[in-house]
Amino acid sequence: MFGLDAKDTRFLLIVMFLTLATPVLLQPFPETSSLAQFNAGYPDLMQRFAIFGIFAIGFNILFGLTGYLSFGHAAFLGVGSYSVVWMYKLLDYNVLPGLILAVVVSGLFAVVIGFISLRRSGIYFSILTLAFAQMSYNLAYSVLTPITNGETGLQVYSNDPQVLLTEAGPHLPHLFGLVMSDATRVRLGDWVFTFNFGYYFTAIIAIIVFYISLRIFRSPFGMILRAIKSNRTRLDYAGINTKPYMLAAFVVSGMYAGLAGGLLAAMDPLAGAERMQWTASGEVVLMTILGGAGTLLGPVLGAAFIKYFENIFSKINEGVLHTWFGWLPDGLEDFIITIVHPFVGEGWHLTLGLLFVLVVVFLPGGMIEGLNRIAGLFNKKSEKSEEAQDSKSDARESQPAE
Amino acid sequence: MSDLKKGVSRRKVLKGGMAGILAAGVMPTIISKAYGYTNEPTGSTVTFGFNVPQTGPYAAEGLDELRAQELAVEHLNGIGDGGMLNTFSSKALGGNGVLGKEVTFVTGDTQTKSDAARAAAQSMIQKDGCVMINGGSSSGVAIAVQGLCQEAGIIFMAGLTHSNDTTGKDRKRNGFRHFFNGYMSGAALGPVLGEVYGNERRAYHLTADYTWGWTQEESMIASTEALGWETANKVLTPVGAGDFSSYITPVLQSGADTLILNHYGGDMVNSLTQAVQFGLRDRQVNGKNFEIIVPLYSELMAEGAGENIKGVYGSMNWNWQLQDEGTAAFTRSFGEKYGRPPSNSAHTCYVQTLLYADAVERAGTFDPCAVVEALEDFDFDGMGNGPVTYRGADHQCFKDVLVVKGAENPSNQYDTLEVVQVTPRAQVEYAPDHPMFGGPEASLGECNPGA
Repeated sequence: MFGLDAKDTRFLLIVMFLTLATPVLLQPFPETSSLAQFNAGYPDLMQRFAIFGIFAIGFNILFGLTGYLSFGHAAFLGVGSYSVVWMYKLLDYNVLPGLILAVVVSGLFAVVIGFISLRRSGIYFSILTLAFAQMSYNLAYSVLTPITNGETGLQVYSNDPQVLLTEAGPHLPHLFGLVMSDATRVRLGDWVFTFNFGYYFTAIIAIIVFYISLRIFRSPFGMILRAIKSNRTRLDYAGINTKPYMLAAFVVSGMYAGLAGGLLAAMDPLAGAERMQWTASGEVVLMTILGGAGTLLGPVLGAAFIKYFENIFSKINEGVLHTWFGWLPDGLEDFIITIVHPFVGEGWHLTLGLLFVLVVVFLPGGMIEGLNRIAGLFNKKSEKSEEAQDSKSDARESQPAE
Repeated sequence: MSDLKKGVSRRKVLKGGMAGILAAGVMPTIISKAYGYTNEPTGSTVTFGFNVPQTGPYAAEGLDELRAQELAVEHLNGIGDGGMLNTFSSKALGGNGVLGKEVTFVTGDTQTKSDAARAAAQSMIQKDGCVMINGGSSSGVAIAVQGLCQEAGIIFMAGLTHSNDTTGKDRKRNGFRHFFNGYMSGAALGPVLGEVYGNERRAYHLTADYTWGWTQEESMIASTEALGWETANKVLTPVGAGDFSSYITPVLQSGADTLILNHYGGDMVNSLTQAVQFGLRDRQVNGKNFEIIVPLYSELMAEGAGENIKGVYGSMNWNWQLQDEGTAAFTRSFGEKYGRPPSNSAHTCYVQTLLYADAVERAGTFDPCAVVEALEDFDFDGMGNGPVTYRGADHQCFKDVLVVKGAENPSNQYDTLEVVQVTPRAQVEYAPDHPMFGGPEASLGECNPGA
């Protein structure tokens, strides 16, 4: 189906199911239980999962396939957001023109940055992209304040032109009248599930771009990109001009990032310069490595993992810890809280850093490798068959079927 | 696709169909829109959201705000000595929660970034069911979160935000600010500066590059130029720059004899310390002593800057050394709990939380539109600032403003600032359509109760 073989079709269908069922799957604990703290099934976070998933999938096309580590992808994210907010300001709150513009503008941006940065490889390439991203950030932050509104962030004001906006039209981001923030809450006993239009909008886009990336991975184009990763010099000697392939990969992944940035602004009509900061570029690198660079699903897992930490773990404050450990004797309670406290709440970065180190040291293939190993532990036999499948798929990959 | 079709038998289709019909029949009973407004509290508790910077250049302020908010919740629930509830002119709150519901709270980290702040606020609204969000050091963050609360249909009680825009061109019907603003700082400081430093000075502005810095600079220039001062130059600096030496060197060559630091938090501590280290205050320019002014002060900044703030003028919303009953009550209960006096950002967050609770109690409902009505043009007293009015036209509190300077002979580590003058409210008042506040175009819009 969709030009994929049976295995990939099954894979795609599983991803589709997981994505569409996210509002239910991420809400495993009843509202009344103390574990409800760990529920993640609220629209804003689910939207972030999908959006940063798109961002990481795009980044993976460049980094996972060609091995070129871009440290400046946040620039495209920011460009996408600004494009969408500007379309709100000039036309109206329909997200479609903005998203199209976001992809186009970030694509153009990527052509320029890619053309220059790809003259070098390795660490020099990384530094060049980082330099471009920091330049864009500083431009957005102060020099281009009339366009970007600086640190305050670009917002829609009531005196903006908004030529297409009618009195009756929704005054919130929408797709032809379907408002992004509209949600239906379904109550099943103690469980509350929120089905939000904005989430499904991003989720469907995420599935589409996931499918595109799957096709790229399986295509001869993807093959060349992988070949660049293993030995670019050999390709050059074989008479293949690798530059256009590299640039294409860079532009595609830049467009993915622009789309993700645009979607951020489509969910929440605000664009801030900090989206372009180097920390945001670093974050997507972390996501990809944490999940498993070069794997299809890894980056998405990594994105979800980091966003989960940022939004759920950072909210565990001292008061919450006291309710958890309240049953312990006083002295012991305080002692344990003193130990745990630096790792939760505002210290979530610390925990994330430790986990990152553990993953890199013990699971070089990322969380995907971890999942595979767990699956292998449970079923020795399936491991064997997996190996067999792997070698089979390797064989298939080594000879692109067209 | 072929291997998928294999398993679909008639039996399965029938089963699926039955399940579908059942689901369709049951659905309407499950999906209930019993909500009159966003996050209507139905249980025995009500949740407030405290969204403050716990990391970044304003983290010290955020921590103190969190302390005060926690204290406010205790007082609302009848724990502790009640603090300002005893001196507050409105007696609607009885120390048994709000409308009989126990108050609980969740916290979030704004990271002093609009994006992160909005994400934290979204999770408070969508996940934790907050009816009110309080907090936000940095005006950029406050404005971003205020916009979000307006869209979501809950109340935003702004904490530490001093930009004119918060209740100026970005004012929102669902947002309220107790803290004073850049214009008020300028109006209060101007006459005092004229008295101490004379009418012939050249001022050099270093300004934090965001909404607060811009409006504060504008306000300070307006009030100092009214005195007859000249503005030598104005330079924008990024927030959280850390090192300001490259911005301070040009001041030496500019011929200016006054440096106005429109910085706050950790940034102000760094820029002031570096300015003093560069020997600015020991210089003589145009036959006058070089002076530094920090228009917006806070105790935490004063603590951080240490010796360097001696004699430096600035303004504040409130100070724990004031002599009135409300201040004494708040400082006492804060001191007992945390072993230190509260800062003015702690005070404003504490007061905002009580004011919201009181408005709910008087309105008899958590419905944001009723709360807005209860707060608009509300007069109160006993909260440490003398008689105060929440102006209905722009949701800005009007009260006396303090002009302070760094203590010359501090008696203890917390005695860092001395109050020079309590500027009466009449001197800092302005029309709601003042050009610095968005002019006649600025409007609150409609109240939004959400779902």
